[in-house]
Amino acid sequence: MGKDYTLEKRKYIIGGFITIVVAIFMVRLFHLQVSDGSYKENAESNAFFRKVLYPSRGLVYDRNGRLVVLNQPEYDVMLIPKDVGQEFDTLGLCEVLNITKEDLMQKWADMKNPRKNPGYSAYTPQKLMSHLSQEDYGRLQEKLYLFPGFYVQKRNVREYATHAAANILGNIREVNAKDVENDRYYRSGDYTGDLGVEKSYEKELRGVKGVEILMKDALGRIKGKYEDGIHDVIPTAGRDLTLGIDMDLQEYGEQLMQGKIGAIVAIEPQTGEILCMVSSPTYDPSLLVGSERGKNYADLVRDTYKPLYDRALQGMYPPGSTFKPTQGLIFLQEGTITPSTLYPCYRGYVNGLRVGCHAHGSPIALKPAIATSCNAYFCWGLKNYIDKRGTTPTNQLEKWKNYMVEMGYGYKLGVDLPSESRGFIPNPEFYSKSFRGSNWSANSIISIAIGQGEVLATPLQIANLASTIANRGWYITPHVVKEVSDTVIDKRFTEKRTPSIKKEYYEMIAEGMRGAVTGGTCRLANLPGLEVCGKTGTAQNPHGKDHSAFMGFAPMNDPKIAVAVYVENAGFGATYGVPIGSLIIEKYLNGSIAPERKYLEERMITSNTIISSGVKKH
Amino acid sequence: MESRSIDANTSVFRSLDWITILLYLVLVIAGAVSIYAASYDFDRASMFDFEEFSGKQFLWIGLSIFIGCAILLSDYRIYETYAYPVYAVVLLVMVITIFVAPDIKGSRSWLVLGPVSLQPAEFGKFATALALAKLFNSYNFNLNQKLSNYFRAFLIILLPVILILLQHETGSALVYISLFFVLYREGMSGLVLFSALCAITYFVVAVKYVEPLLLGLPAGEFAVFLLIMTVFVSMLLLYCKDLIMARNVLIGYTAAGIIAGALSFFGVNVPGMWFFLGVILASVLYVSLAMYRHKIERYVVTIVFAAASVMFLFSVNYVFGNVLEPYQQMRIKVALGIEDDLKGFGYNVNQSKIAIGSGGITGKGFLNGTQTKLKYVPEQHTDFIFCTIGEEEGYVGSCAVLLAFLALILRIIHIAERQRTPFGRVYAYCVASYLIFHLCINIGMVIGLCPVIGIPLPFFSYGGSALWGFTILLFILLRIDASRKERRD
Repeated sequence: MGKDYTLEKRKYIIGGFITIVVAIFMVRLFHLQVSDGSYKENAESNAFFRKVLYPSRGLVYDRNGRLVVLNQPEYDVMLIPKDVGQEFDTLGLCEVLNITKEDLMQKWADMKNPRKNPGYSAYTPQKLMSHLSQEDYGRLQEKLYLFPGFYVQKRNVREYATHAAANILGNIREVNAKDVENDRYYRSGDYTGDLGVEKSYEKELRGVKGVEILMKDALGRIKGKYEDGIHDVIPTAGRDLTLGIDMDLQEYGEQLMQGKIGAIVAIEPQTGEILCMVSSPTYDPSLLVGSERGKNYADLVRDTYKPLYDRALQGMYPPGSTFKPTQGLIFLQEGTITPSTLYPCYRGYVNGLRVGCHAHGSPIALKPAIATSCNAYFCWGLKNYIDKRGTTPTNQLEKWKNYMVEMGYGYKLGVDLPSESRGFIPNPEFYSKSFRGSNWSANSIISIAIGQGEVLATPLQIANLASTIANRGWYITPHVVKEVSDTVIDKRFTEKRTPSIKKEYYEMIAEGMRGAVTGGTCRLANLPGLEVCGKTGTAQNPHGKDHSAFMGFAPMNDPKIAVAVYVENAGFGATYGVPIGSLIIEKYLNGSIAPERKYLEERMITSNTIISSGVKKH
Repeated sequence: MESRSIDANTSVFRSLDWITILLYLVLVIAGAVSIYAASYDFDRASMFDFEEFSGKQFLWIGLSIFIGCAILLSDYRIYETYAYPVYAVVLLVMVITIFVAPDIKGSRSWLVLGPVSLQPAEFGKFATALALAKLFNSYNFNLNQKLSNYFRAFLIILLPVILILLQHETGSALVYISLFFVLYREGMSGLVLFSALCAITYFVVAVKYVEPLLLGLPAGEFAVFLLIMTVFVSMLLLYCKDLIMARNVLIGYTAAGIIAGALSFFGVNVPGMWFFLGVILASVLYVSLAMYRHKIERYVVTIVFAAASVMFLFSVNYVFGNVLEPYQQMRIKVALGIEDDLKGFGYNVNQSKIAIGSGGITGKGFLNGTQTKLKYVPEQHTDFIFCTIGEEEGYVGSCAVLLAFLALILRIIHIAERQRTPFGRVYAYCVASYLIFHLCINIGMVIGLCPVIGIPLPFFSYGGSALWGFTILLFILLRIDASRKERRD
């Protein structure tokens, strides 16, 4: 039978059709596989499970090598629902975990509740219970073989070997949405430092997380390591911190401040290391660990005495008479006074207005004025300084402000802790504004000469002044961390900062402060053999009784400690400031309190100024 | 006679088409390796473990080669002689299957014989091909000679289709549509294929583009009206070869379009539906009045085609919304990109695209595919086996597989045309048509160009029945082809 050749041509149509289709497929495949990258990214997130390996957080030691903050294991009961199956020995589990059946059922329901646990999947590990105690953990570990699908996950939380220094040490908390947004290092559920060095040294303490790249299938089941783990990263442990803090001194300071509101800051003058930094009232750092953290934190926030508020750093107080040495230094440097300049004191500064003072000889020179804390002397000094001929009060005040800033006032000192306050030092613009254009004069701002009026300082700034005088003219930015393991601390904590005031003027001020101890306002601090220099402060304030303050250092010619004490609404500087300050110095330099001064220690520990503060409401 | 038949048996291997056999072996081995990769578990696996898919597939391949050899050693005449009985037996088995098969995911297509499950529908392909070839081999058979010849051909094709539909295996039933290629080769008017092409185009355009509204019509329908008019003019020009009439109709359409455009530009509301109907009706009337001078037949076809197209367009929405099952609508929508539905019907296709797309140019390497290994793609060792190739062997590997299939199909068409009898030719075209349909639908589905229709990729997808079905299909062809030199008489 012959062939129909017109029909035979149809093979080209059929063959052409499939050729075109294959060509279309190849173009489409080119688009999918070569030119469009989005499918590759999709595949990544599909198939890989990046299991985070947490590094152990850095430890914290005090200056004497005492371990203060360490890690303690905490245990979570985990399970993979699919492996647990429908039935398991619930009563047995309750017995092991020491909970009631209702509790267990509740936890089970919470785990499965998509609102409380949005990541629930029957194929992935789920947390049933957290904060398991060591004993419960031990018991569960022993009986674990009875409960297939269950396992225990270890996590590190903080443990504190002290009840003190909560304001310095800080604590750790779970990250919130903002942390995750700000720092790509964090994933939901991570811990981060909150307050204290835990926050300011977070990057050093946290270490570097590792990652294990696992493959997961479409049901979320782990199918082993990707390429035998060659892409995995081993976690790097956090760096350990050594604090400049002497924990014994810190604990002692907190003891002394019991029942009082205020702060103690002690600094080693040569290094700028903070020896102790007490804020009172305070709290036990262990309160913010474990299952009760949330509740305890809320209690601390609600407490009307604000224990979370670090008064040593954040409290802005009128410095009172502790401010007078700075004024003496400026007047000397500017030639307003000489060491022999005498000013009259008629029970105060009387010059169109009156600033009161107490009984002492008149007229008076700089050193005795410091020793007796004469208000009139510094008011006259400021008056003559501001009204200097050949310049304007504005220029003079501007210069004054610059000196104050050099000495560490008016701005944050830059301590290595979060939330430091800057205090307040007024400048000419501030007065132009507050006097609404009308002229201000030396008299209208005279109270700044004695650390009252607009001037505000933090206890840290006052302690830093003591440190500067102790060093006779320089200081190193105060800091709590002395060493970070395997690295060096920030350069700013080793560099000297030198205000532009001559060393010899500091010497005069130091002599004046020595006089205050030997025969002036600070006689209680006259410790045999320690050559303490000091300055009291009694600051008027609108809240109630005067604040009691002390600033000092010792020994005079080889200073080892500079200290500032500030007790709110406790009266004269000599009543609380001096005893507490001197006890701190004595404790630090001698290691113990002399028997004849035990009564003073006893009185400080037991006294309560909160009751007698005259402050009605906080 | 005695010696000749021995000669015939030995010469079979000399006159075999080794190119086809080589392509077959390449595809089958590549398929087994892909199944091994697709079902590879990172923890345990041996390629020849009979508990695993790949191990079983090697067993099926071994049996296939055995079947293939048996066919090659058989007498070529039995296929022609027993074409109808074989067809009848397979149909009978398919009928029995409907009643005895267990319900597996809603389909009753598996015949369980002890440890082995068979899908008789896979064997329906070669039986139908044999029966169709036998029909065309009848003395002086000519498809266009009388209408009853068409009926006989359709009957042979439709009987297995009906039985498979009764087994709820829509995908396998649709495969038989491909036999229209055979009818086309044997003389059926090309208009049928052209109509099918138009119908698919109109359907896709009308369903896919709903927005924006043009002259009050959805953009898709608007475009289909324009297409119908274009086809009408083209048919007048190319099919009726009437340049003047085509020109006049085109001028009329253009004029009407300008008027409608101007009216709507000046804010007159032109109802699109009536506009198009009016214009098409006018052009059809014009052609019917003018055609009496010419060869009438082709004009009638052109007019009927235009009218049918318009009716088809009106029925599209009804069919899509009322006749198709919701899952079928969804699959079509996913394929057309109207909806993503990544959790439901679109999941397979999306994951399949991710797996293939992540392969890049050269792929991730054998057994290194993460998407397919970790079972993101469902049915990856059966209908979605091509994903594994795309992911692990990349663009290069995927194209190689496609080109191997193309080469096989073109080779079969070549074999078909060198047959001396209609029997061999029709049978060969049947084989080519099945392969074309499977390739287009399976790959098209995996790369997201076609709706998801569950049919396997020949030689690649896991499963004994499909592999045996295609092996029998191909080796009967090889046997018939090898005999072309024996038929000197």
